[in-house]
Amino acid sequence: MGDFRIKVDTFYEYFVTYEGYRDVLEGLKNTLIIAVLGLIIGTVIGTAIAAVRVMPKYKRLPRMLNGFCNGYVALFRGTPMVVQLLVFYYVLLPLMGFNLRSVPVAIIVFGLNSGAYISEIMRGGIQSVDPGQMEAGRAVGLSFGTTMMKIVIPQAIKNILPTMGNEFIALIKETSVVSFVGAMDLCVAFKDIATNSYEFIVPYIAMAIVYIVLVALISLGVKWMERSLRKSDRRN
Amino acid sequence: MIDVIDLTKVYGKLVVLDHITETIHEGERVVILGPSGSGKSTFLRCLNCMEDPTSGSIIFDGEDLTDMKVDINLHRQKMGMVFQQFNLFNNKTVLENITLAPLHIGLKKIKGREQRAAFKAEVEANAHRLLQRIGLDDWADKYPSTLSGGQKQRVAIVRALAMNPKVILFDEPTSALDPEMVGEVLDLIKQLAHEGMTMVIVTHEMGFAREVASRVLFMDGGHIVEQGTPEEVFDHPKHPRLQEFLSKVL
Ligand SMILES: Nc1ncnc2c1ncn2[C@@H]1O[C@H](COP(=O)(O)OP(=O)(O)OP(=O)(O)O)[C@@H](O)[C@H]1O
Ligand SMILES: [Mg+2]
Repeated sequence: MGDFRIKVDTFYEYFVTYEGYRDVLEGLKNTLIIAVLGLIIGTVIGTAIAAVRVMPKYKRLPRMLNGFCNGYVALFRGTPMVVQLLVFYYVLLPLMGFNLRSVPVAIIVFGLNSGAYISEIMRGGIQSVDPGQMEAGRAVGLSFGTTMMKIVIPQAIKNILPTMGNEFIALIKETSVVSFVGAMDLCVAFKDIATNSYEFIVPYIAMAIVYIVLVALISLGVKWMERSLRKSDRRN
Repeated sequence: MIDVIDLTKVYGKLVVLDHITETIHEGERVVILGPSGSGKSTFLRCLNCMEDPTSGSIIFDGEDLTDMKVDINLHRQKMGMVFQQFNLFNNKTVLENITLAPLHIGLKKIKGREQRAAFKAEVEANAHRLLQRIGLDDWADKYPSTLSGGQKQRVAIVRALAMNPKVILFDEPTSALDPEMVGEVLDLIKQLAHEGMTMVIVTHEMGFAREVASRVLFMDGGHIVEQGTPEEVFDHPKHPRLQEFLSKVL
């Protein structure tokens, strides 16, 4: 036990005295920015793709859009996030003349990637809404798009909130890949403390705790949102 | 008012409507009877192209609704539809259910801020009038989930009315209701009939059909096999399938 005490003291020394906490905070900041903005971009993209995929396909334009969306989803779900990040950072964006720093690139890639996953979540959510809702909207003369935006999607979002919470948690955990393009993240921050201090156990336990606390907070947030949405169902 | 010309609807290999030609005239109250699966709902839903006909034409307001170039949304505003399952917008209040479409459609054409506000007030006042008519104005700000089935269906009917439709299509409007709530919904439909609203009604309520119909169509196997006044159809049925049907339901 005394041994562990020494390890904790060592960790404390590197964390506070040698300012390891700066990297940890930087990593935490990156994790949150990338995950939150990625989720927002992903929700916009995912909703648009899902809307295209459930559109009636009599006309040519919806069919072409649908083909494009299918390709998009297949591409982003079929390759690992790290690969996407490396390709965008080192190849695609420089080729297009953009020289962005690693965090903005990560935000873009996370948005595009989660857009593909969220489109599937949204499609499931949209299909879980009673088709009678769409029919009623169309029957009073509203367009497909208007009915989708005003009636179906608001109800779909209620259904998919828990799944979206899971997607957000997955994004949080996946942000550690930004270290591949040179940005600070929680993993690297704690790993640096570990390698500098030659003590691995405590930094890694601390890192796990940070992740667990983050995830627990998000789960709480999702539960709270669900509860407040359900309240609006019973509103009198 | 609605000319159905050679309407055919096929699902895969199943011919649900088989070359039907029929006209719904202004002021008519056409009741459609027939056994389950005879194509009543499909026929009704083809009238406003909720189902796309496989072939044939639906002429409404001088335009062929089956033509993909026609703005179907514009025409549907003039053809109200009432569903068996009510289909009120769950995420909207009772009042919003009624005002959503008139506001959305009307406000697109209005520019000035004051004019928009005035239009909104007018639409909402009209919605309150309609709710008062069915005795549900106190429920204006509640959500559909808090209403009984009969209340939901009456709101659904005034939601259709709020568009000032030329015709209202009813698909078994009372079939999903508890028996004690059927009366209130039928009474409202009868009121509309008295006021001269053109209606096409699919129903299994024979007493109501006889009372409200100006003409009865009997469908079987994708055809309208017999039609006439309620007296003709109910008291002097000619086609054996109709006789058999009536012997089962009356
Ligand atoms: N979307 C669909 N796909 C395939 N078959 C369908 C579809 N909709 C209806 N049908 C079939 O078409 C036939 C006619 O259906 P329809 O709903 O018009 O009958 P109905 O007269 O309204 O019957 P009910 O009194 O039971 O409501 C039925 O055999 C039904 O199974
Ligand atoms: Mg039916």
